[in-house]
Amino acid sequence: MKSSRLSQVYASILIDALYQMKNYPITLVSNVLAPFSVLVLILLVSHGDLLSISIEGALITSMISGGVNLQIDLSHMKNDFKFQDMLVSSPTSAFAYALGMGMAALANSIPALAVLTFLSALFIRATLVGALTVLCVFALMFAFSVALGFMLSTFSTDIQQNRAFVSILTIILATIAPIYYPITYIPASIRFLAYFSPATYAAEIAQNAIGDLQLTAVNLAADWVVLVAVCLALFAVAVKKSHWRDP
Amino acid sequence: MTDLLECSSLSKRYGNEPPALDEVTFSTETRGIFALLGRNGAGKTTLIRILATELQPTSGSASINGMDVLRDTNRIRQQIAVMPQEARLVPWLTPRQTIYSYLLYRGFGRKEAASKVRDALEKLGLGQYENVVNRRLSGGVKRRVLMSTILATDARILFVDEPTTGLDPLIRADLWATLRELKRTHFIFLTTHYLEEAERLADRIGILENGRLLTLGSLGELRAGMKYQVSMRILNGGSPFEPKVGEVFKGEDGSTQIFTSEEDADRLTEELVKEKRRFSIYPISLEDIFYYLVRRPIEEDTRKEPRENGDRHEE
Ligand SMILES: Nc1ncnc2c1ncn2[C@@H]1O[C@H](COP(=O)(O)OP(=O)(O)OP(=O)(O)O)[C@@H](O)[C@H]1O
Ligand SMILES: [Mg+2]
Repeated sequence: MKSSRLSQVYASILIDALYQMKNYPITLVSNVLAPFSVLVLILLVSHGDLLSISIEGALITSMISGGVNLQIDLSHMKNDFKFQDMLVSSPTSAFAYALGMGMAALANSIPALAVLTFLSALFIRATLVGALTVLCVFALMFAFSVALGFMLSTFSTDIQQNRAFVSILTIILATIAPIYYPITYIPASIRFLAYFSPATYAAEIAQNAIGDLQLTAVNLAADWVVLVAVCLALFAVAVKKSHWRDP
Repeated sequence: MTDLLECSSLSKRYGNEPPALDEVTFSTETRGIFALLGRNGAGKTTLIRILATELQPTSGSASINGMDVLRDTNRIRQQIAVMPQEARLVPWLTPRQTIYSYLLYRGFGRKEAASKVRDALEKLGLGQYENVVNRRLSGGVKRRVLMSTILATDARILFVDEPTTGLDPLIRADLWATLRELKRTHFIFLTTHYLEEAERLADRIGILENGRLLTLGSLGELRAGMKYQVSMRILNGGSPFEPKVGEVFKGEDGSTQIFTSEEDADRLTEELVKEKRRFSIYPISLEDIFYYLVRRPIEEDTRKEPRENGDRHEE
């Protein structure tokens, strides 16, 4: 990547993460607390049985909320501040901007990730392969949510549209997917619904990797295929459909 | 390379709406200041956004110094900087952080960017606000920070959409001075609703109405193109007065506005003096030209429909 592209990525990280945390330290606190609401709830309800699975669930949620938050931030930049117009009409590349904003979302998740990683180290016993698998899944989920967030933000023209996108996104990605508990907890008759969410495949793979779920080799392979395919397809759509210059 | 800004049959339709830009064709030199005037919704922002590669035209073409806005996008983007009409500062940043990051986006290295920030802020007298969070700044200061953001770049072509809206008269005059200095080295394409601003600053002026370009030229050329050279205003009072010269408009305050030729103006003046009426007379100004060209009865404000000349008279 050219140095000017790196500058652009860095600029996004500055405005959407570092400067934000510096000027508004309260965002740091909220960033740390973000994943704990559901985590604590699940732990209490399950009397601690779902500890490892829900820590991992919180990690996946952090990845997904990266994309959702990104969508919100991008839409502000574009619709409310018209800042994106200033960038579109400059040498900034759409890719560097999106990547940078994605990294900013990641940077904003770092406090939460750090805490969750610490908890994982304490409570989850995973093999090296298992841990790497989980990392891989997280990376995919993150890339997926960033691409989705960027694409949606280029479509949205105001805050209300944006809100609608966010809530649909949240339901598809986080609510119908069995992220904080094994999929077997969902009644068999409506279990198919969960498979509409790519997060379900991610969660299955991750839960399998740390031993909370036993998938057959075929199921595991299928999960991977679907997850990767969905991510690639979305990336292709995002690249093709996102409009940097307004149509 | 031709140093021209050229539009050829440039049109823009948003969805099925009537065209926001309708076959706009013109060409103007890319130096000095070009002021685009027009009523709300005339299509100014739409035109700027197309030229600044932010918006896709529906049809037609446009180029800046030989670079096509659709084909040579990357080259154009190196050379332009834009202050959008509705741009707002990102509230959680400071002016310094705003300008610094924008410069990074434009490809400056960190050192260079940092050194340019201070200059840019000083240029508009904003040094004292450097580290104040944007959301605490007053509206006018925010607007000026935006302006210094684009001045900090090394772009030589600036698109500024209503740069002085919301500024107090003194600050506005300061900004005019800055623009006047800048125009020696830059091409500035600005829009404004302040006719005085265009009159004072612009080397060339275009008037857009209903997506069509009504006229374009220097103030002198615009004046010369007018059918009438004199503008008179007769104040309200006394018996109704219906002069039979030039074109007559009734103002909201009951005054009568007349555009007419020099000879007719002389005759009318004598008549008015005899009748002891209060009136003013002056050579046609940009404001007069603007009103003359775009004026029409408010109640017949059926925008997008072409008007007949006769429609301009109010009953
Ligand atoms: N994104 C959009 N979608 C639909 N219609 C639009 C959009 N932007 C502008 N328009 C319409 O296009 C026309 C021209 O708008 P534009 O913003 O270019 O006018 P303008 O001359 O800049 O006005 P103003 O002086 O109020 O800023 C208007 O009728 C407006 O309603
Ligand atoms: Mg406008």
